[in-house]
Amino acid sequence: MLRATLKSLLARKVRLILSGLAVVLGVMFVAGSFVLTDTLSRSFDSIFSDVYSQTDVTVAGKPKVEVDELDGESLPANVPQSAITAVSALPGVAQARGVVAADGATMIGSNGKAVGSFGPPQLGENWLGENELTQLREGRGPTADDEIAINVGLATAGKVKVGDRVGVLTLDAKQRMFTIVGTFGYSGDRDSIGGVNEVAFTEPVAQQLMLGEPGVFSSIDVKAADGTSPDALKQQVASALGADYTVRTGKEAAAEDAEGLKSALAFFNNILLGFAGVALFVGIFLIINTFSIVVAQRTRELALLRAIGAGRRQVIGSVLTEAVIVGTIASVLGLGAGIGVGALLAYLAGQFSGGLALAGIGVPPVAIIASFVVGLVVTVIAAVMPALRASRIPPIAAMQDVATPDRPLTRITWIGGVVTALALALLGVGLYADGGLLLVAGGVLLTFIGVALLTPVLSRPVVGVLGRIFSWSVPGKLGRLNSGRNPRRTAITAAALMVGIALVTGVGVIVSSAKTSIAGAVESVDAQLIIQGSQTSARPPTFAPGVVDQAKAVPGVRDVVGVASDLATVNGQQQFVTSVTDPAPIPVIFGSTAVAGNISALGADQAIVNDDAAKEHNWSVGSVLTVQLTRGTEHRYTVSGIAPADKSIGEIMLPPAAMTEFTQPGLSLGFVQLDQGTPVASVQPQIEALVADNPLVSVIDQDTFTQQQSGMLDQVLVMIQILLALAILIAVLGIINTLALSVLERTRELGLLRAIGLGRAATMRMITVEAVVISVFGALLGVVVGTGLGAAVVRALRDEGFTDLTLPWSTIVLYLCVAALVGVVAAILPSIRAARLNVLGAIAHE
Amino acid sequence: MDAAGRTVLVRPDHDLFTRGNQVTASDPVAARADDVWKVYGSGEAEVIALRGVSVTFQRGVFTAIMGPSGSGKSTLMHCLAGLDSVTRGEVHIGETRVTGLGDSGLTKLRRDKVGFIFQQFNLLPTLSAKENILLPLSIAGRKPDDAWFDTVIKTVALQDRLGHRPAQLSGGQQQRVACARALVARPEVIFADEPTGNLDSKSGADVLGFLRDSVKTYGQTIVMVTHDPVAASYADRVIFLADGAVVDELSDPTPDMVLDRMKRLDNPAEVAR
Repeated sequence: MLRATLKSLLARKVRLILSGLAVVLGVMFVAGSFVLTDTLSRSFDSIFSDVYSQTDVTVAGKPKVEVDELDGESLPANVPQSAITAVSALPGVAQARGVVAADGATMIGSNGKAVGSFGPPQLGENWLGENELTQLREGRGPTADDEIAINVGLATAGKVKVGDRVGVLTLDAKQRMFTIVGTFGYSGDRDSIGGVNEVAFTEPVAQQLMLGEPGVFSSIDVKAADGTSPDALKQQVASALGADYTVRTGKEAAAEDAEGLKSALAFFNNILLGFAGVALFVGIFLIINTFSIVVAQRTRELALLRAIGAGRRQVIGSVLTEAVIVGTIASVLGLGAGIGVGALLAYLAGQFSGGLALAGIGVPPVAIIASFVVGLVVTVIAAVMPALRASRIPPIAAMQDVATPDRPLTRITWIGGVVTALALALLGVGLYADGGLLLVAGGVLLTFIGVALLTPVLSRPVVGVLGRIFSWSVPGKLGRLNSGRNPRRTAITAAALMVGIALVTGVGVIVSSAKTSIAGAVESVDAQLIIQGSQTSARPPTFAPGVVDQAKAVPGVRDVVGVASDLATVNGQQQFVTSVTDPAPIPVIFGSTAVAGNISALGADQAIVNDDAAKEHNWSVGSVLTVQLTRGTEHRYTVSGIAPADKSIGEIMLPPAAMTEFTQPGLSLGFVQLDQGTPVASVQPQIEALVADNPLVSVIDQDTFTQQQSGMLDQVLVMIQILLALAILIAVLGIINTLALSVLERTRELGLLRAIGLGRAATMRMITVEAVVISVFGALLGVVVGTGLGAAVVRALRDEGFTDLTLPWSTIVLYLCVAALVGVVAAILPSIRAARLNVLGAIAHE
Repeated sequence: MDAAGRTVLVRPDHDLFTRGNQVTASDPVAARADDVWKVYGSGEAEVIALRGVSVTFQRGVFTAIMGPSGSGKSTLMHCLAGLDSVTRGEVHIGETRVTGLGDSGLTKLRRDKVGFIFQQFNLLPTLSAKENILLPLSIAGRKPDDAWFDTVIKTVALQDRLGHRPAQLSGGQQQRVACARALVARPEVIFADEPTGNLDSKSGADVLGFLRDSVKTYGQTIVMVTHDPVAASYADRVIFLADGAVVDELSDPTPDMVLDRMKRLDNPAEVAR
């Protein structure tokens, strides 16, 4: 029996390839994600073990604000000189050096543009001289306040050389000019460690520009005296300094720092796996269809097996064995392809992040296990239904041409209805009762399954209507009839396409609604110009609070407000806080009226909160907030006013003085309100002149601001479209597959049509119409389901600022056109095959 | 002959059964149908394929079932073999009551007690001749009896063709493979459905010869549906069906005798005269 299965499988290699291809692609995605993240994470390991290779023990201040890993990095508190003196005096210490190294030193390259990326940090540091890791390549270290040395990687990226004068942006919002006096590289002839860029200042300059105060350091680098182990040294240092410091051995520090990046990587991996899941889900539809068709084609063979004594279980076993074999082969191929894709993506990620040195491509065991589990489980699950169907073939079919009785669609429709209702209930709870992302995802998944089950019933009327468009010719009519002839098959093929299209449409609806909502929100603000930095690295560019005062003095300007923001610990919880130059203009610019208290003035120990935050934390006028900012000591602020949530700046607004203790003391956003009737163009250049000392900060009008915000959303949309393209590609394979197998199945019929005079071109047209009808049907379903899902999400997020529901009509029409095109493309090979049929042979075909 | 034919026609079917039973009372019975009715559809579309057929097949006898198209001969065979259910009545194969068996019971029956030979040969194209022959045994998980296998192969003269695929064999050879497949499991009964329908007369004669030899030499029981009088003449006994009922029977037939009966069945007017 097993041999019969194997031989029959081998005899139909094409079917094996077609049904396996979907699994190969899905598994490739899974394996690729794991290989990519494993490679990157080992690369991070090696970076950090390099960075800490010269360090026995490192000491840093405990961060004042603990930030969630996904929100950013916790900034350690500055270490005073006194701590270094104390550590130096310890018996096990050979040397203790204060290190200044903080993210946020952006060099302006020779083309006037900032050098940097969102990946590795841009460190600004004190020059500590050469060591085994850091080696000067050219020139010398900085000795004067306007001198810097930079790593070769940065010099290459910025196209600058020793002797050039360059601008550097730091905590000080203005660009400062420095002369490059030296370039350095790293052991092993590297220009950069993991794409990190370094700007080395003299110590006082580094302290002032990177840490914001003189005489302090980011960390202490401690070398152990001979005979003292790093662990023993760590104990000594920790007990000497007390609880305000984090003391780690170099090894621990390397591991922990790498771990921080890895958790972000794990998050990224989960996203990739999510898309892999979508692709595999679509793959299931394809496999179900392939196996169903194959079972239909093997009816006589399976009936024979039953007639000569095979039991139902043996028939089921035979089909499932085939699935296991297909699944295994597909997993192997998918794993292989995944390793390639993972390696390629890792290389691209390395290039994108500015030259991350990859630690060699690794295939973690989890990639192998996941590939096989996913490949096998998906294939076998998909084959269960066809296998059960195969077992229902009566043995008598070996003697007669009995069609396997198609069960009526009533039951499947009922099940589909129930599943869809359940899905909607899940979605409702997930979206409107804050049931969480898992419920929403489950709801979406069930929606797809439910709609897929309803598709056969829908297919009759919809395919009928769609088909009419093509029915003007005989081949068109035949194609339409063919596509309506096996509603289950048409339905599953279309449903596979539906999933991908529904997801892109859903995201499209959310994005377009978000864009309209943003535009609406921006328009409702009575500020004609906006001062804003274009972010090129992890830290947004800032401008000095003085700019606001200068802008106010410009003729035609009525009022200006500048905003700084940061994460802080408020009453023990991580919170987003803002600080404004002056709260008075805000009610005017935003058109807001106080919910309670006074929102147009703010004393030095007062805070304004919005009503969302007030409700959530039960705050009212007079409540006291205990706030720890990134720098400085704890403050207590009394709530003096409550602003409406939709017309306020952030949840918690602190007085101007607070911003000096933010991670970045500068302003990141400014709203400029002009006098009525003042042309924007006349004022814009004068304000631009005020921020000319920072090339990253610009002054833009409302439209440009809206476009910038929308631009980021468009990028997200494109990313999602690219990732979902795989799912759609698999659906296209499904259409090709269904058509190819249908052509095979109808060989005799095609021969007959050709014999009675249907030309080659007409035959091809007939197949193409069938394909287009199926794919447009799938896309139509997808667009409807996707719009529904997107609209549900948008409505549920109304309170989060999604004020408008906008349907991306042009994109929807585009998807439908693409679907029609996809149908044409999918029909190419099957129709050529059909047209090439030998008429005589086809008629004699069994 | 006219008189005999008429007598048979007017005689109630249970009489035939009784007669058969009396004749074979001492012989073991390989298969038996008792007052079998088969009705398809209902109401207006009702078609009665079998009307109270009772017939017994003795062990070691080669029986042919004949009748015009639509007489119910294939339906009778399907019901006897457990491939189709009966509307009323009972079917037995050996000691087993086929009527009322569930799917697993029927599977076991087909596996152990019944063999099939089809008009279209129905070999698996991907398996060699030998693999096809041994397929029922491998499905049942039984070891082939080598000596018996060799005997069967010799009987059907396929020694040189065992490694060939069906596509590399002639129609006659393919049907001999199918015969061997049915014989190798030594079933209680082999049901053959127009086994020579797709063969030329020479190949057909070969196949029928093997079938008769297997009955004579090894005591195999065979029930064959055919409309070819020559094929029927190879049988020990011929049963004639018309309109869903057994109307006549012949022992040790010659082609002429069969043809003569068939002519009369095809032309009831002549019978009436």
